[in-house]
Amino acid sequence: MLSGADILIRSLQEENVDHVFGYPGGAVLHIYDALFKQNKIHHFLVRHEQAATHMADGYARATGRAGCVLVTSGPGATNAITGIATAYMDSIPMVVISGQVQSHLIGTDSFQETDMIGISRPIVKHSFMIKSATEIPLAVKKAFYIATSGRPGPVVIDIPKDITNPADLVPYEYPKDLKLRSYMPATKGHPGQIKKAVSMMMEAERPMIYAGGGVIQGNGCEQLDQLTRMLGFPITNTLMGLGAYPATDKQFLGMLGMHGTLEANNAMHHCDVLIAIGARFDDRITNTVSKFCPQAKIIHVDVDPASISKTVMADVPIVGPVESVLCEMIDMVRQVIGQRKEEKGKALAAWWEQIELWKSQNCLEVKADPAGSIIKPQQVIQTLYKLTHGDAVVTSDVGQHQMFAALYYPFDKPRKWINSGGLGTMGFGLPSAMGVQIAFPKEQVVCVTGEGSIQMNIQELSTCAQYGLPIKIINLNNRALGMVKQWQDMQYEGRHSHSYMESLPNFVALVEAYGHVGIQVASPGELDSAMEQALAIKDKLVFLDVLVDPEEHVYPMLVAPDGSMRDMWLSKGVRT
Amino acid sequence: MRRIISLLLENESGALSRVIGLFAQRGYNIETLAVAPTDDETLSRLTLTTVATDEQSEQITKQLNKLIEVIKLVDLTEGEYVERELMLIKIRVSGLDQAEIKRTTDIFRGQIVDISPTIYTVQLIGTSKKLDAFINAMAEFTVIEVVRSGVSGLSRGEKVLCV
Ligand SMILES: Cc1ncc(C[n+]2csc(CCOP(=O)(O)OP(=O)(O)O)c2C)c(N)n1
Ligand SMILES: [Mg+2]
Repeated sequence: MLSGADILIRSLQEENVDHVFGYPGGAVLHIYDALFKQNKIHHFLVRHEQAATHMADGYARATGRAGCVLVTSGPGATNAITGIATAYMDSIPMVVISGQVQSHLIGTDSFQETDMIGISRPIVKHSFMIKSATEIPLAVKKAFYIATSGRPGPVVIDIPKDITNPADLVPYEYPKDLKLRSYMPATKGHPGQIKKAVSMMMEAERPMIYAGGGVIQGNGCEQLDQLTRMLGFPITNTLMGLGAYPATDKQFLGMLGMHGTLEANNAMHHCDVLIAIGARFDDRITNTVSKFCPQAKIIHVDVDPASISKTVMADVPIVGPVESVLCEMIDMVRQVIGQRKEEKGKALAAWWEQIELWKSQNCLEVKADPAGSIIKPQQVIQTLYKLTHGDAVVTSDVGQHQMFAALYYPFDKPRKWINSGGLGTMGFGLPSAMGVQIAFPKEQVVCVTGEGSIQMNIQELSTCAQYGLPIKIINLNNRALGMVKQWQDMQYEGRHSHSYMESLPNFVALVEAYGHVGIQVASPGELDSAMEQALAIKDKLVFLDVLVDPEEHVYPMLVAPDGSMRDMWLSKGVRT
Repeated sequence: MRRIISLLLENESGALSRVIGLFAQRGYNIETLAVAPTDDETLSRLTLTTVATDEQSEQITKQLNKLIEVIKLVDLTEGEYVERELMLIKIRVSGLDQAEIKRTTDIFRGQIVDISPTIYTVQLIGTSKKLDAFINAMAEFTVIEVVRSGVSGLSRGEKVLCV
């Protein structure tokens, strides 16, 4: 016989949860007391519940396991909402346990009561309202299964306080297996469809592979690599998919989409067969949908049937987990690749020639300040890449710095690039880096941020001090909400309505107040040594405040509205 | 095009709100909605009507299928089906109208289920179109209250929706 609180903790242990991110409050005090009395689960105390969800999220993205969050009712629950929505948009496995007021008070507007199930409903994969302690084990088991299977996502478990009361004991047994008649994610792609796709690939003259975050989530990167190399096709990754295919490989054309490379976006526009894998044709990719890939037959592999033909109709839809579908494709391609028609081989070679021409325009070339006095933000990322040998786990916030990191730090491995792609949540970078560092204490974890974004969860510097997390924060400080300012420059004749950050804090003094190391660098000549110095400090958090060119824009950039993917701005005033 | 989507879902609290929430969240509209437990009390059968293009309807059914509590669903309008809706309608009557209302009710195969000196309550079962037609036929009288159950339906013949 156990209390609901102990049952919850035992159930989490059964699910092999060893890290929980959270913040206490009245409705979860019984649960916190149960946590106190055990030592298998390590709890990390944040300074704001939003950060707990982003920590769990970073943890999940880096490990592939569900992140676990514990918050109290009312404000604790609502503070978690942004982080749950962030995880939902990027299909990240997460289980959020929220306290609720006592059962008899529900619906009476009692102290710290909010309808968490209702508020979170549109941003969760599923949720559970617990009505008795005996329901807890099955709900936990279902929650982890649902969060991590099929297309992953966050699951909320809302538990009224009385149910965790230590005085009420009920029998405990953890369910061994689970059968959900209403939830059966696809386990295999349709062989007929896969065959169709392969013959389409064999007929392709201007093929293009477009792979997204689903390949990483679905652990299909090795298979993607193998298939791409066998076919000899060009490949691009989405912002969420960076690292799914090695970025330094010659078949890789860089990221695509709004800030994609000239070669990737052009190859998308001109291809005749598009092979989309674990990607969802987001509006930041397609630009004007009616002008998207005008000549292409589209093959679309995704574990979520609702992602297929949602914005762009697929000619060959394949519902299934990427890993298994790719394995089957590899087997079939192996059998037929030798018989690829000679003219198709020639066409592919000509296609590569065309791509090389686009590549030779070198759209990501960085022009250093001729006077040598201003640091370009791109140079900071290039320096970071050089000094970390491309091996760091990089998290980012949202804005220009995010795009610079995505474009100038080529990721060769999956789960090394961690950012909020779908929701675009400023404030994600630092807490997600903390989650990664906790999952992998020995990894070099770097958070690339901006002076706007970092201030959205800067209180977590205190959490970092408490747990000794030696994250390196690279602040691309352009004294502006740079991405907003860029749009205002381009679309509002330079009227910078509220895109400047006045009265910025002295970041060095601020981080030192938290007990960390702060370094500021302003001149290009000192960038290398300052970053070396920062990276050399292994046991402390270092905040490198880099004053960068405030006038810089991110390019390429798709022309909107009404543009296609080949319509891009390449630099200020210059377009394709 | 008008669609009749019929689904089986777990008879659990919260399941219905997820279905309805999905429609609001994704900008689809619900014209009618009817829901009740089936012979198996762990299951609810929900029927809703909406207006959607083929592409929209495909998205709606896919998104509904993604809801964890939705077990199965069918768009009845994709095949042959039977649809029924129940209506209760209250009409204010004066002496001269009584025969006319009675006659129209008979033509529509409805029943007068309650009578007071000034009010007739008519019950009518049929397709939504038939109920609309009856309301139109009553236009010359004073209709004071209408309540409709929303559409329920089943596929014709061998086709069934069950677990
Ligand atoms: C929570 C939140 N609020 C607003 C935005 C809109 N937004 C996108 S980028 C950006 C500017 C970010 O500024 P900063 O962090 O300094 O990055 P920079 O673009 O200057 O590199 C804003 C306000 C957002 N993405 N997230
Ligand atoms: Mg900035």
